[in-house]
Amino acid sequence: MSDFFTVSVLVATLASGIRLATPYLFAALGETVGQRSGVLNLGVDGVMLLGAFFAHWTALETGNLWLAVLVGLLTGLVMGGIYATITLYFKAEQGISGIGIFLFGLGFSDLMFEVKIGSPKFTKQLPDVEIPLLADIPEIGELFSQSLLTYGAFVMVPAVALLLRRTTFGMNVRAVGENPQAADSLGVSVNRVRLKTILIGNTMAGIAGAALVLEAKVFQPNLTQGLGFIAVALVYFGAWRAPWVMAGALLYGLVQATVIRWKVLGIISREFSDIAAMAPAVLTVVALIVLAGRVQAPSALTKPFERH
Amino acid sequence: MSKKSGSSKTPKLWRLLAVLLALVLVAAACGDDDDSSADDVSDDDMADDDTTDDDMTDDDMADDAHGDVTVAIVAPSAVDDVAFTQSMIDAVAALGIEPEVTPGTFVIEDAAAALRGYAEDGIDVIIAHGTQYGGSLEEIAPDFPETTFIWGTATDTKGLPNVFAYAPAADEGGYVNGVVAGLLSESGTIGVVGPVEAGDAVAYINGFEAGALASGATEVSIVYTGSFGDVALAAETATAHIANGADILTGSAQMVVGAVGVASGEGVPWFGTQANQTELDPSIVVASQVYHWEVVLDDMLALRASGTLGGEAFVLTLENGGLVVEFNDEFELDADTRAAADAAIAGIIDGSVSTGA
Repeated sequence: MSDFFTVSVLVATLASGIRLATPYLFAALGETVGQRSGVLNLGVDGVMLLGAFFAHWTALETGNLWLAVLVGLLTGLVMGGIYATITLYFKAEQGISGIGIFLFGLGFSDLMFEVKIGSPKFTKQLPDVEIPLLADIPEIGELFSQSLLTYGAFVMVPAVALLLRRTTFGMNVRAVGENPQAADSLGVSVNRVRLKTILIGNTMAGIAGAALVLEAKVFQPNLTQGLGFIAVALVYFGAWRAPWVMAGALLYGLVQATVIRWKVLGIISREFSDIAAMAPAVLTVVALIVLAGRVQAPSALTKPFERH
Repeated sequence: MSKKSGSSKTPKLWRLLAVLLALVLVAAACGDDDDSSADDVSDDDMADDDTTDDDMTDDDMADDAHGDVTVAIVAPSAVDDVAFTQSMIDAVAALGIEPEVTPGTFVIEDAAAALRGYAEDGIDVIIAHGTQYGGSLEEIAPDFPETTFIWGTATDTKGLPNVFAYAPAADEGGYVNGVVAGLLSESGTIGVVGPVEAGDAVAYINGFEAGALASGATEVSIVYTGSFGDVALAAETATAHIANGADILTGSAQMVVGAVGVASGEGVPWFGTQANQTELDPSIVVASQVYHWEVVLDDMLALRASGTLGGEAFVLTLENGGLVVEFNDEFELDADTRAAADAAIAGIIDGSVSTGA
């Protein structure tokens, strides 16, 4: 255990946890915005898969990683348009629609991979960018040498918090998430607000997919392994507040990173290896059980808006 | 709260969505037909693949010895995973048979539906390529006594007369890879990225560890990530291994592409298993243990042709040619190291070397 409690290993573990948390954070923050307006999207994982595939394909074809990120973003935007059409225009049940989007994303990304790429191929990796001065701090400088997408994910935390708490749009989002009838009676276009939050949420899911695949440098079917569903759980974990969602994402990533380090250092024996791998998921479930009943979900969550 | 906007803006938004939807459909429909990778997965190419033809150990395998037998494969991962599933598809293609394939059946219920569906369609031989499908086979195989089911990796047929079982002695190639890895390692520390601690992954990793320690490695750090498919976790595991001093990496299952990506970026030599992984990065892949399932499949199909529909278990070994350690010619190995590998192979075949399994 003493091998773990050295500055270099702790910093490396923290840096690893931050990297692992990045796609969770993008996806969960986007889902937070959507849920605050009353829209649940269980299709996050599928949108991430599509974002990841199209970003990867773009990176392979063009070698331009930032274009790949843009394509991942646009993929999310398009999927947001589809999901908005299904849930706002056709007023389909959100849970089922989300599962449909997930299955579409899972299948379509798999199909496109088989047809367009075929076998695992590596792209370049987004380069790490050092924050001046901070990256030069002895021992802990590694923490401040991450990809721009990682910095971007953490910049989005105060941005989303401010958006929801300090802007007119954010006020409208919360209003339609809590009492859409009242918001409508005061002149707020409920569906238009929800359309925007759906587009924001799905766009961020697309970026999350791009962040995942460009960090791994390779795509394969079902790359996310349910990461999008964890992101949805993190929204509940974070009580629909951006800073707490970030805390949840970081906790999840850090537990994953710590388990890996402990296995590498032999702190976790092989006999307990598979059990330890479940630690992040178990932690999430326990946290959700503890939080159940103590936090209040948006009142209109999952409820389609009907003007009476 | 803002005032209600004019209703004239709403149609514009829906028009925008309609345009976006149209773009998706156009993007999906536009084919890049000159991409050769698109052909990689076609059945025709699988049957005609020069590589697999070259790999055949017996020319008779590819001729019409198996007549018009129809074969279907149900497998857990992608057809081109450069690992478990691809190894079986390549093997059937090497027999000159174009199989029907249902890949990506991580969910056992989906696999069971596919297995039953193929049997109902009258397919002669159905390969259930995954240990986890055994329970489903116990229910399905008795309902189709004229169909041959081939199941692996497994060492027994569960007493079913129309089930053949197959398994690789993966520890053998693992040991050979380990011997070479131990000789190549300068730090003496080698990292292993494993999936769930089960099946042939365990055999490979245990054999690899024994071989590496026998040839001078001081530490073989073995990590089972707990997932067959989590690429990001495999990548982080490889990163942690390298940070811990590992200068050689290996791993098993389809998620290892994440680890290979890290090894590629760091220039760390990699040892593969299941399929030849050289194509992932020829500059770092030293050698791969390749499963040539066609060796035992050929025997099974011959038995079926003679009226025996199942009831026997087969093992791939270095001796019977089912396991082959394929070296990457682009990765230069000195003569002594290569000789040590050849000696290990010969020793395992003649029984003078034990893998510890």
